[in-house]
Amino acid sequence: MYNSDDEYNNRFTRRALIFGGAGLLGFVGLSARLYKLQVLDSDKYRGLAEENQFNYRLLVPSRGQIVDRQGRVLAANSDNFRLLLMPHQVGDLDVLLSRLSGFFELSSSRQAQIRKDFASRDPFSPIRVAENMDWNTFAKINMWLPDLPGIMPEVGEVRNYPLGEAQAHIIGYVGRVPPGQVVDNQPLLRHPGFRVGRTGVERNFDLELRGKPGALKYEVNALGRVIRELPDVRTRADTGKTIRLSLDRKLQNIAMQALDGTSGAACVLDVKTGELMALVSTPSFDPNKFAKGISSKDYNALLADEYKPLFNKAIGGSYPPASCFKMVVAMAAYDAGLVDPKERIRCTGKIKLGDRVFHCWKRRGHGLIDLNSAIGVSCDTYFYELAKRLGIDRIHESALKFGFGTNFDLDLGGGSSGLVPSQAWKRARFDLPWAQGETLIAGIGQGYLAATPIQLAVMTARIATGKNVKPTLQYQSSQQVIVQNELGFSNTALAIARNGMASVVNKPWGTAYTAKGIDGNNTLWAGKTGTGQVRRISQEERDDKVRKNKDLPWKLRDHALFVGYAPLDEPQFAISVVIEHGGSGSAVAAPRARKILKYALEQRASLTDAENKNGEML
Amino acid sequence: MSFLRVARPEVTLSLGDKIARINWLLVLLLSTLALIGMVMLYSASGGSFEPYSSRHIIRFAFALFLMLALALVDIRVWMVLAYPIYAMALVLLLGVEFFGVTAMGAQRWLDIGPIRLQPSEMMKLALVLGLSRYLHTSGELNRFRDLLVPFAMVAAPLFLVLKQPDLGTAILVGAIGVSMIFLAGLNWRIILAGCLALVIGLPLFMRFGLKEYQWRRIRTFLNPEDDPLGSGYHILQSKIALGSGGVDGKGFLNGSQSSLNFLPEKQTDFIFTMVGEEFGFFGSMGVLSLYFMVIIVGFYIAIRCRSNFGRMLASGITATLGLYVLVNVGMVTGLLPVVGVPLPLISYGGTVMLAMMIGFGLVMNVHIHRATRLPVGKSLIL
Repeated sequence: MYNSDDEYNNRFTRRALIFGGAGLLGFVGLSARLYKLQVLDSDKYRGLAEENQFNYRLLVPSRGQIVDRQGRVLAANSDNFRLLLMPHQVGDLDVLLSRLSGFFELSSSRQAQIRKDFASRDPFSPIRVAENMDWNTFAKINMWLPDLPGIMPEVGEVRNYPLGEAQAHIIGYVGRVPPGQVVDNQPLLRHPGFRVGRTGVERNFDLELRGKPGALKYEVNALGRVIRELPDVRTRADTGKTIRLSLDRKLQNIAMQALDGTSGAACVLDVKTGELMALVSTPSFDPNKFAKGISSKDYNALLADEYKPLFNKAIGGSYPPASCFKMVVAMAAYDAGLVDPKERIRCTGKIKLGDRVFHCWKRRGHGLIDLNSAIGVSCDTYFYELAKRLGIDRIHESALKFGFGTNFDLDLGGGSSGLVPSQAWKRARFDLPWAQGETLIAGIGQGYLAATPIQLAVMTARIATGKNVKPTLQYQSSQQVIVQNELGFSNTALAIARNGMASVVNKPWGTAYTAKGIDGNNTLWAGKTGTGQVRRISQEERDDKVRKNKDLPWKLRDHALFVGYAPLDEPQFAISVVIEHGGSGSAVAAPRARKILKYALEQRASLTDAENKNGEML
Repeated sequence: MSFLRVARPEVTLSLGDKIARINWLLVLLLSTLALIGMVMLYSASGGSFEPYSSRHIIRFAFALFLMLALALVDIRVWMVLAYPIYAMALVLLLGVEFFGVTAMGAQRWLDIGPIRLQPSEMMKLALVLGLSRYLHTSGELNRFRDLLVPFAMVAAPLFLVLKQPDLGTAILVGAIGVSMIFLAGLNWRIILAGCLALVIGLPLFMRFGLKEYQWRRIRTFLNPEDDPLGSGYHILQSKIALGSGGVDGKGFLNGSQSSLNFLPEKQTDFIFTMVGEEFGFFGSMGVLSLYFMVIIVGFYIAIRCRSNFGRMLASGITATLGLYVLVNVGMVTGLLPVVGVPLPLISYGGTVMLAMMIGFGLVMNVHIHRATRLPVGKSLIL
């Protein structure tokens, strides 16, 4: 065979060269491919590798505390052991969920929610699996983590409100970020562990309380397991600011207890600084439930409650100020030169204006009565007369000076400005001329007049000091000098109001004499009762007999009001108490106001003692 | 082209002659590749000689010794043993069918005492030997019936590895067979006819001959980005690793993709990716060039050989290496589907290393015996 070798050899050589050429082509192809991957597209792949390799985790900042004037906690954080799910790391969701339910109760509705989130969310934003887990389960899951790919345990924080109901309205609560508020450039808002203030102080000071998020860069392997943290890239999360409020935590509690079982509100002010010492609205709700995520059942029950527990009545509820308004009328009349405090007016139990009859609360009348006594016994006839002399517009003007018509919502939201009528107002509102009868009932704080409990407290503080006291929720340190304008009423006018209020509590014939003396007879104080009518009493009914409140349906009963300040000669605190449909101010509201003020004074005394002692030691 | 001239005939060689004729360039190239393998395996296990790197280099040392020993055996011995070796490999492959160890969804391993053997790797070698032996004597390949025997020799192992199933080896076995028949001088008309048959036959094979997972691999090969965490994962991660290596690489032991286990099977089939990630375009081109130089040397040896057996043997083994490299690198760069073909001498794996080195022992043997006359036909007697 190898005789014809040459030809054969040449053919092999040819074939080998062809084959080699094809091989060369293959290698050139591979080189081109490598050139494209490694040289041309390198940047793109480098980015992908970086994404592969590093994960960023947002460090949720601790929410700032909210404390009372003495630094006692009103809102703080406690540990929340929770599980998150990283969708992009999950292999088989069914397997994972069935494994998880081996550790703890995972309801089918929760599972359905997780599945829904899993299907709809982008694979890199974590999904909530469980919150507020107990430590044992949480620890166990941490141990079995390698079998639960995609599960990320996290120790988060849950907002905690130690006072519960007693502070619900004022401190408010935090909740998940409302969908409309989620902004793309703020990843913190998308973090399932992040909460924002939804109501009250929590909402008002939200930005200060939030703090600044930190970030953690860490290296992961293909299974998503953390290989190491990169400490140089770690930025600490900054805890939010601590907000110190003017509130007194204990007083808040006492006020809540005093109003227990009622539907109403109470408000205590420091008359010198305007600091809000306590502000309660009843009935209340537990803000902790909201912080943990309230069930829709519980939430709907709160919404449906006819006593409106979610509503902050102290700043948002408006009620006829009733007899509590009489001081305003008295002062306006005096400063207008329309009444001499010694002037006696005869009260026959009613007053006629045209063919209309206006009744005093005392059917048989108070007889001849001077201004001081008229306030003390809360004679309506006297004030019908004063109102008639003043006219509505002068009443309007004075009322505004005392804070009526101003919305003192303290930035909490949900505040009301009440209503102070005037001729112009009526024309604008109803396109009707003012009727003089309406002036008369305004004189006793009824009719169109409406005031919020905080307005009543502000009025009282202004009467007590003669200064333009402005309510505030922020703690004012004793070093701060608060400059308050004069109210613009004469000292005599102020004295008339104060003496009248003193008579209410301290004279045996005063309407609130039963509440005399805050502790025993040592500390004297002043106040004014009010009983706000919510229905019109017909003539037939009057002729027959005015029905007792307890015989009426709740909604038609009178509002019980009381305003007061203490101590009498050197006022420190002003208070207002409103009990919706509670009955008479003297029987229902006054004792509660006294109870609250008693604690406030004791507290202040013990603090002053402590300060004095400190002073001596220095 | 005088350097391509066939060596002058000679009859016998002394041992000294043989040793003097050892192609040290080939030894150097192969050793360099194995050393690169050692270095990359050191990196693959996170900067440790254990468990891959040390074993790899010990195996290579042993295989290098074996290679040189086999190279010194008279080429006629190999010619005589060619058919028996082919038959034995076929039997081993059959053994896998009946006694094989199933691993990763395929029966590929055979447990023989302490050794776990992959007969399919040995089969490639045996096929080259067997075909070389047959093509040495068969002469012309101008008619279809000339092809019956060589086709049967290719088809038998092809059928068995497909049954395992091992698509990668099957592709290689088929390609080796076709390459050798082409090199042996297959008539161009038959080549054209074969191409035509392939065009018709391939779709049919795809339709009926592929397992589900093989189909999936081909599908994901076509569209790896569709399923980045499923079957497309390997290709995508491999491309990311290569691409992120850039021109000069991330540096030795600094391949994040591989050290963080984003790369699966990085010590075996995807080791080239590690080279590319840690040493960049320069590194991967360097390795590719080394292989290309091996192939040039192999073909040069084949062309220079006087005997038909030697030519077929050297070119067949060299083509096998080339195909391995082409398929493997094509696979990790996303040009070919992931079929499970290692990178010779660099990938971790005993049988492949042994098979490759035995193969190059034979190439070296051809080089040493390039001028030895070999009888043709039935008169073959040692």
